Amino acid sequence: MNFTNFGRYILLLKAVFRKPEKTRIYMKSIFQQMVFIGVGSLGLIAIISTFIGAVMTLQIAFQLVSDFIPKTIIGQVNRDSTILELSPTISAIVLAGKIGSAISSEIGTMRVTEQIDALEIMGINAPGYLILPKILAGITMVPILVIIAMALSIGGGYLGGTLSGAVSAAEYIQGITSDFNPYTINVALTKAFVFGFIITSVPAYEGFFVKGGAVEVAQASTRAVVVSCISILACDYIVTQLML
Amino acid sequence: MIEINNIHKSFGDHKVLEGISGKFEAGVTNLIIGGSGSGKTTLLKCMIGLHQPEQGSVTYDGREFTGLNFDERIEIRKEIGMLFQGSALFDSMTVEENIMFPLNMFTDHSYKEKLERVNFCLERVNLEGKNKLFPAELSGGMKKRVGIARAIAMNPKYLFCDEPNSGLDPKTSIVIDELIKEITEEYNTTTIVVTHDMNSVMGIGDYIIFLHEGKKFWEGSNKEIAKTDIQELNDFVFASRFMKAAKGKL
Repeated sequence: MNFTNFGRYILLLKAVFRKPEKTRIYMKSIFQQMVFIGVGSLGLIAIISTFIGAVMTLQIAFQLVSDFIPKTIIGQVNRDSTILELSPTISAIVLAGKIGSAISSEIGTMRVTEQIDALEIMGINAPGYLILPKILAGITMVPILVIIAMALSIGGGYLGGTLSGAVSAAEYIQGITSDFNPYTINVALTKAFVFGFIITSVPAYEGFFVKGGAVEVAQASTRAVVVSCISILACDYIVTQLML
Repeated sequence: MIEINNIHKSFGDHKVLEGISGKFEAGVTNLIIGGSGSGKTTLLKCMIGLHQPEQGSVTYDGREFTGLNFDERIEIRKEIGMLFQGSALFDSMTVEENIMFPLNMFTDHSYKEKLERVNFCLERVNLEGKNKLFPAELSGGMKKRVGIARAIAMNPKYLFCDEPNSGLDPKTSIVIDELIKEITEEYNTTTIVVTHDMNSVMGIGDYIIFLHEGKKFWEGSNKEIAKTDIQELNDFVFASRFMKAAKGKL
C-alpha cells in the first residue's frame, strides 16, 4: 500500500464509522457476517489447527535429542508457540485467504454492477452499510476462532505426540500445565483483534475502489489477500514488540 | 425542476463536459441524447452527485446540490429515484427486498404498510406476484421494471434513467419508455432519461438536449429534432436506414 492508497484507506474508514441510518438493519447485517466469518470458517480452522498442533509436537520431539531435556518441554514449547504465534497468525492468514477474497469480490462486484452507486443515490452511506458490519463481525469472531484454534492445536499436539509415541500423555499434560503465563493469552487476543480488523477492512477497501469489470475484481481480490497477509505479518511484529 | 448551469468535467487532460446548461421541467420527459462518448452519462452522474463537476452548479427546485457534502445531500437524495443501465438490483435480495430496501432505511412504516407499497409498485410495472424471485431469475426487461419499481418506491420528485432501453428488444423498450412517461405525468416527477435510442427520442422526448463531444449542440422537442440543419445532430438522428427512409415524413 503506497501513501495515496493508505490515505484513501483512512478516509474510507472515516466514512465507515459514520452514524448508521438504521441501527436495526445494521445489527441484522452484523449477525449475518458473524455467521459467515465465524461459523463458516470453523471447520477450516479446526482442521488446520489440529494438524499444526500435531506436526509441531512431532517436530519439537525430533529436535529434542538430548536426554538431559525433559520431555515435558515438548508440551510447554508447543503451548507457548501455539498461543503466542501459530494460532493467531496462521488462523489470520488462512482467514485472509478465505474471508478476504470473498469480501473483496463481493464489494468489487457490487461496485462494477453499480449497486454501490445505487446505495449512494438512495442517500445511504455505502461504506458504512457494506463495510462496518464486516469489520465488527471480524473483530468479534476472529478472536473467538483463535481461542478455538489454540484449544484444538494443543489437543492436536496431544494426539500427535501420544499416537506417534514421541511423548507420553502424562508428560505432555504436565508440559502444557506447567509455568503457564496467562498474559500470553492477552497478547494472542490483541493480535486476533488487530488481524480481524485487517482481514475485513483491507479487502473491503480493495473491493470498494475497483474500476472495470470481472478481471479487475479478480485482481483486487488477489491484491486484497496479498496486502492483508503482509499487513498481518507487519502488525504481528509490532504487537509482539509492544507487548512482550 | 432541475437546473444545470455551466457544467464542466474532465478526467485527467480529457475534457468530457464543457459548459453544459439546461432546465428540466417537472411532468415532462427530458432526454439527454448523444453518441457514445458524448458525455451524457457523465452529465447525469454530475447531476446526481456521483461525479463532482469542476465548475458549474446543479439545483433541485432552487436548492443548490453541487456544493453540498454527503450528509447535506441526503435530504435531496431521498427525493431521487434512479434506474441504472444494468438495473443495479441488489443480487443477494429478492425483488420484494430490493423494492422495500429504501423504505426500510428511511421510513418507520410497519412491515404490512411497506409490503402494500411494494405490491403497489410491482403492480405499477406489471410484475404482480414476482416478490420472491431473485434478480438472477429475471429477464432483462423484468430487471428494468423492478429497477423502476425500486426507483418509485419512495415517491421520488426526480427520476433519472440511464440508458433504460439498452439490451432490450424493441417491444420491451417501448413498454419501458411508456412506463417512464406514464409515471412522469402521473406523479409530476422531473424525469431525465439518458439515451441514444431514436425510438425513445421520437416516442417520449418532450424536451431534448443533444450532446456532442462534451458540448451542448441543440435543445428542443421530438417534434423539432428532425427539422434542424445542425450537421452533427442530423448525423445522429438519421444514422439508421429506417430513420433515413422516414426523414421526409417526420
